[in-house]
Amino acid sequence: MSCDGKVDCGRRRLLVATAAAGGAAGVVAVVPFVASMLPSERAKSAGAPVEADISKLAPGEMMTVEWRGKPVWIIHRTKEMLDGLAKLDAKLADPKSEKQMQPDYCKNDFRSIKPEIMVAVGICTHLGCSPTEKFQTGAESGIDADWAGGFLCPCHGSTFDLAGRVYTGKPAPDNLEVPPHRYLSDAKIVIGEDTKGA
Amino acid sequence: MAASNYEKFKSDGTMVGNVTEWIDARFPMTSMWKAHLSEYYAPKNFNFWYFFGSLALLVLVLQIVTGIFLVMHYKPDASLNASGVPVAFASVEYIMRDVPWGWLIRYMHSTGASAFFIVVYLHMFRGVIYGSYRMPRELIWIFGVMIFLALMAEAFAGYLLPWGQMSYWGAQVILNLFSAIPLVGNELATWIRGDFVIGDATLNRMFSFHVIAIPLVLLGLVVAHILALHEVGSNNPDGVEIKKKKDERGIPLDGIPFHPYYTVKDIVGVVGFLMAFSVIVFFMPEGGGYFLEYNNFVPADPLVTPPHIAPVWYFTPYYSLLRAVTYPLFGIDAKFWGVVAMGAGVVIFAFLPWLDRSPVKSIRYRGPIFKWFLAIWVVCFFILGYLGVLAPTPGRTLVSQICTVIYFAFFLGMPIWSKLDKCQPEPDRVTFK
Repeated sequence: MSCDGKVDCGRRRLLVATAAAGGAAGVVAVVPFVASMLPSERAKSAGAPVEADISKLAPGEMMTVEWRGKPVWIIHRTKEMLDGLAKLDAKLADPKSEKQMQPDYCKNDFRSIKPEIMVAVGICTHLGCSPTEKFQTGAESGIDADWAGGFLCPCHGSTFDLAGRVYTGKPAPDNLEVPPHRYLSDAKIVIGEDTKGA
Repeated sequence: MAASNYEKFKSDGTMVGNVTEWIDARFPMTSMWKAHLSEYYAPKNFNFWYFFGSLALLVLVLQIVTGIFLVMHYKPDASLNASGVPVAFASVEYIMRDVPWGWLIRYMHSTGASAFFIVVYLHMFRGVIYGSYRMPRELIWIFGVMIFLALMAEAFAGYLLPWGQMSYWGAQVILNLFSAIPLVGNELATWIRGDFVIGDATLNRMFSFHVIAIPLVLLGLVVAHILALHEVGSNNPDGVEIKKKKDERGIPLDGIPFHPYYTVKDIVGVVGFLMAFSVIVFFMPEGGGYFLEYNNFVPADPLVTPPHIAPVWYFTPYYSLLRAVTYPLFGIDAKFWGVVAMGAGVVIFAFLPWLDRSPVKSIRYRGPIFKWFLAIWVVCFFILGYLGVLAPTPGRTLVSQICTVIYFAFFLGMPIWSKLDKCQPEPDRVTFK
C-alpha cells in the first residue's frame, strides 16, 4: 500500500504513529504479568536460618535438615575419610574449590569450618536431584573398585567425594554448595547464617 | 454486493431446508461442512497409517473431557493436610478412592496421555515415510512440530499435578534445565518455578498452564494444522499430487469426499483404538510402570530423591539425548549442551522439508539409502528411549552417545544422502487396488 493519490497520507501517517504508540504501550502491559511469576514477597522471606543439633551424630554418619526447602547434609567425617580426601585431587574437577560454591571460611582442603564436620546442600549441581550417600568404599559400593566413598547422584550419575567435590567427566559442573553456617556451640549449628551476619 | 450465503443456499421449501437457509444466511454452516467434509477431496489410497490423525483428535477430545471432570475434584495445593500428606497428592487419591467413577476418569486421562504420544509418534512417522512434510505441506508440518512441542509441555505440566515423588523430582530436573542457559539461567529457572525451589507456587502455575494456557494454544495449533491441510489437500502413500489430474468439474480424479468415505473408515480406526485403550484402562492402567511410574504413588519429598528417577516413556528418547552430552564445549558446561541437544532433537523435525532433497516423496519410490538410514534411525530412537528409563552407567552412556550421533547425522546428512539415493519414478496417479 503505497502512499499514492487515493489515500490521505497525513491521516495514514497519524494512524501508523498512533498504532505504533498503542502497540508499545501494549507491550509494556506485559510487565506486570511477567513480574507476577517471580517469587512472591512471602517466598523471598521464607529463607529463615535453621538450627541443627549434632551432639548425637556419630563419626562416619550423616544427618539431613531442611533449609529453604532443600536438604542440607551434615556429615561427621572420620579421620580416615579426611585423610583420603587429599589423594583424590587428580580425579576432581575443582579440587581446590576455586569456584564460589562455598563461603570463604570454607575454602580449604576439607571445605568446612571444623575439618570433621561437613555441611553441604544435598542438591546436585547438575539438575537438582539429591545425591545418594555411598560411604561404602571399593567395589562393594557398586561404583568402581577404587571408590573412596562419597555421593552418587541417581539421576545422571555424577559423583562427589566426602567434601562434596565433583569428580571430572561427570555431568555436574560444580562442587556441592556449602551453605553459610556457624557454630552456636560444639553441638549446635545454625544453617543459613554467617558469623558476620549474626 | 457479492453473492451472500443467502443466495447461495436456497431452501427447497421443507422445514429442514428453511432452517438451514436461515442459518446459512447468518453463519457459513453448509459451506464449512462442504469445504471440510462432504466436498473435501482426499486421495482414495489412504491406508491404516492415515488413522492416526483423526485418532489424535479423538484423544485430544478425550483428554479435554476427562480433564474437565478431574478439575472438579483435584486441588493444586502443595501444603500438608492434617495427616501430613500434600493436599494435591491426597486429592488424587480421593479421586481414585472416593469420587464415584473417579478412578475411571483418572485412568482414562493418565492412559490418554500415553495414548496421545503413541498416536502422535505414529502420525509423525507416517509423515516421514510418505514425505508428507514436503512442498506444499511445509506449514502443516511446522504446525505439527509446534503441536508436538505443546503436547510435551502439556504432558510435563500434567505430570507434576499428582505431586508424587516422580512429579517432584522430574520437575526439579526439567525446570533446572533452564538454569543451564549461560548468564540468565538461574534467574530464568527461578522465574519459571516462582520460588527458589519447586513448591506450591510451581504446582499452581503448572496447573494453570495444564488446564488453561497450553490447551488453548494446542487447540489453536490443531485448527491451524487442519486449515493448512485442507488448503493444500492431503498427501497419500504414493506421494503424488492428486490435484494434478482433475475431472471436468475440477474434482481430483483420485479424490473421494472425506465424508462419508473417510469418516466411515476412521470409525473403524476409532473402534480398534478404543478396544486397545479399554484393555489398558481396565486391566493395566499403570502400563507396567511406564504409563504411571511406581515412585509417583509416594508423596513428594523435597529431601529425598528416589534411588532411580526416569521420565515417563514418551520423554525418554529426548532424556537420553540430554544425558549423552558429557563434555563441556566452548567453555560452557556440558549440561547446557545437553539441553541444547534435547531441544534440537525435537526442533530439528521442523527443518525436514528443507533437509530432504529427494526427487520423490514416498518411501514406495525411494531408494535403499533412505530405507536403511530410516531403519537405523528408528532403531536408535528405540535404544535411546530404552536407555532413558535406565540408570546411567559408563557403557550405557557410550551407547547413547553413539545413538545421539546417528540421530543427528540422519537429519544433518539428509541434504546429501537424499540426493544420492537411487529412486524409482513416481507414477502419474495414485496406485489403488
